[in-house]
Amino acid sequence: MRFVFKTSYDADIRLFKHRAQAVWYFLLLLLVLATPLYFVAIGDAYLLGEITGVLILAIAGMGLMLLTGHTGLPSLGHATFMALGCYLNINLLGAGIPWIIAFPLSGLIAGLLGTIIALPVLRLHGVYLALATLAMSILTSDFVVMAEPWTGGIAGAAVPDINIFGMEVNRYSTPYKFYYLVLFVAILLVWFYRNLLRTPTGRSFTAIRDSEISARAMGINLTRTKATSFFLSATAAGLAGALFGHSAGYVTNETFDLVMSITLLLMIVIGGLGFIHGAFFGAIVVGIIPVAIANGRSFLASTFDININIPGLESALFALILVGFILFEPMGLYGRWLKIRTYFELFPFYRKDMFKRQKSYLKTDRVQ
Amino acid sequence: MDFLQLILSGLANGCVYGLIALGFVLIYKATEAVNFAQGDFMMLGAFVCIGFTNQDYMGLDFMLAVPLSILVMGAFGYAFNWGILRHMFGQSQTSIVILTIAMGFIIRFIAGTIWSHEPTSLETPFAGQEVRAGGLVLGVNEVMIVVVTAALTLLFYLFFSKSRIGLAMQAASQNQLAAYYMGIPVKRIHSLVWGLSGMVAAVAGILFASKGAIDPSTGLLGIKAFAAAAIGGFGSLPGALLGGIIIGLVEPLASRYGPAGISQIAPYAILLLILIFRPGGIFSQTQRKKV
Repeated sequence: MRFVFKTSYDADIRLFKHRAQAVWYFLLLLLVLATPLYFVAIGDAYLLGEITGVLILAIAGMGLMLLTGHTGLPSLGHATFMALGCYLNINLLGAGIPWIIAFPLSGLIAGLLGTIIALPVLRLHGVYLALATLAMSILTSDFVVMAEPWTGGIAGAAVPDINIFGMEVNRYSTPYKFYYLVLFVAILLVWFYRNLLRTPTGRSFTAIRDSEISARAMGINLTRTKATSFFLSATAAGLAGALFGHSAGYVTNETFDLVMSITLLLMIVIGGLGFIHGAFFGAIVVGIIPVAIANGRSFLASTFDININIPGLESALFALILVGFILFEPMGLYGRWLKIRTYFELFPFYRKDMFKRQKSYLKTDRVQ
Repeated sequence: MDFLQLILSGLANGCVYGLIALGFVLIYKATEAVNFAQGDFMMLGAFVCIGFTNQDYMGLDFMLAVPLSILVMGAFGYAFNWGILRHMFGQSQTSIVILTIAMGFIIRFIAGTIWSHEPTSLETPFAGQEVRAGGLVLGVNEVMIVVVTAALTLLFYLFFSKSRIGLAMQAASQNQLAAYYMGIPVKRIHSLVWGLSGMVAAVAGILFASKGAIDPSTGLLGIKAFAAAAIGGFGSLPGALLGGIIIGLVEPLASRYGPAGISQIAPYAILLLILIFRPGGIFSQTQRKKV
């Protein structure tokens, strides 16, 4: 058992609670930095591409986590912001702007546009926000078709290669560089996110999530804080979208559809709402499931001669896992890990109800 | 004449949207939860009826199959709440939203596995029959849709405002804890209302399948019904019907007279405009609390 004696108020918001934690995260950093070495050794970078894809999903997931997990606003339309970021990036690159400027710019513009779209709805309660973002998500594909000069419409648009001061980065020809680039963006965002949560702004996000009424009583401007959260969230999604475009190489009007928005939401729930780790855990699960299903299928076919080819099995299985999580582990994978860790840290004093939350009785939103 | 014909077919479509919207307004009004799988409930109801009626499956008499499938869907709705949602009692609305979305995927999968993903239509005794009135040609099924929808909306409106259970449902929605103190069995009320909305979904599904072919992805129609409910004012029963009709009318008119592609966008564009300028919907249910 470890006792952390807090001797100053700073101890409450320190990045690492104690030295062991810092060491563990440093080791994790070394691990992700060294991962490509393994693929260099085996000479096959296919799996590294998948890992890069997971990292990109995690970036988008972090964006949604900030909004849904930390501010408590559900969004069913984050693929729209990814689409915005992706197409902005393509067009800015096409206009001859260097990637190093075009990439952050596309994220920022996506964030701004997202905030403008969401501002009127942010005054409403969560269900309406979910509805409005759902509508937005459905319209995305139609708008991409309508904005054909910029998006290529149904035919799609090719995403140009990344060029940083003369260094070409492409998913297929230079997978290692692309991995490190995505990793850099992801780590930068985690660092920003982690620090944001220590600031007054970040703390007011959590205050709003836990109780809007108390947050207002504490002097937090609800609409402005929600808009800030939405802006940051959409920016991260826009950046993820731009990277996603580079990873896919070619995007059409069906790339950023409703299924993607919903996948993002399911991802952060499975990972654990309200934890940055959750975005990464969720992205890993989302990345693994299709591979696992394909492997399971071929295993069954080769060993037992059973051919399972039911359409829609993948999404149904995914949904089933999600229902299981919401019913039995609402805190997600990270919550489960926290429980296991606490069990060993406090051994043998762990009690079953330690993480139990008090039930809240619903009241109508219609009478304010 | 052409215009009138367009309006009438739009009206029939709109009534189906209205019926789906009615299903989740019911749930929202009584339990404060939003059922994102209502469209899939509708689809399942249609397929259950197809399973009872069509010659390829059980081939029962239509008049027997309809009440049977309504009952089955009512039981399904009740069981859904009893088996799954009741365990979520006291958790945030967001998790219920996500749960129902996931359930939608599962229902679509189940329906697709049992009844195949091919578009199927319901074999009704009045298929192809027409009513002619002054140059207008109306399908009997379209007339049925409008009549049944209007009757159901009126019925539920009276049920909520007059009957004891209806009032209990409203109370349970407005303040769960206070409703408990008043001796209202909130959990049972919740299951009951889910059963009711399952029944409404079955009716909507049967009407929809009598009008045209249906396949598991038809459940996504529920999203349009959402727009309908929000346009009408979430939580208002006549509002749900009105919103449904507005969307049903706008769609064919926009595709006829508007530029290409506008008809898919129109319902959601109206939804966004309504949310921006009249956030509570047309029949706004939001009221300030007076202290």
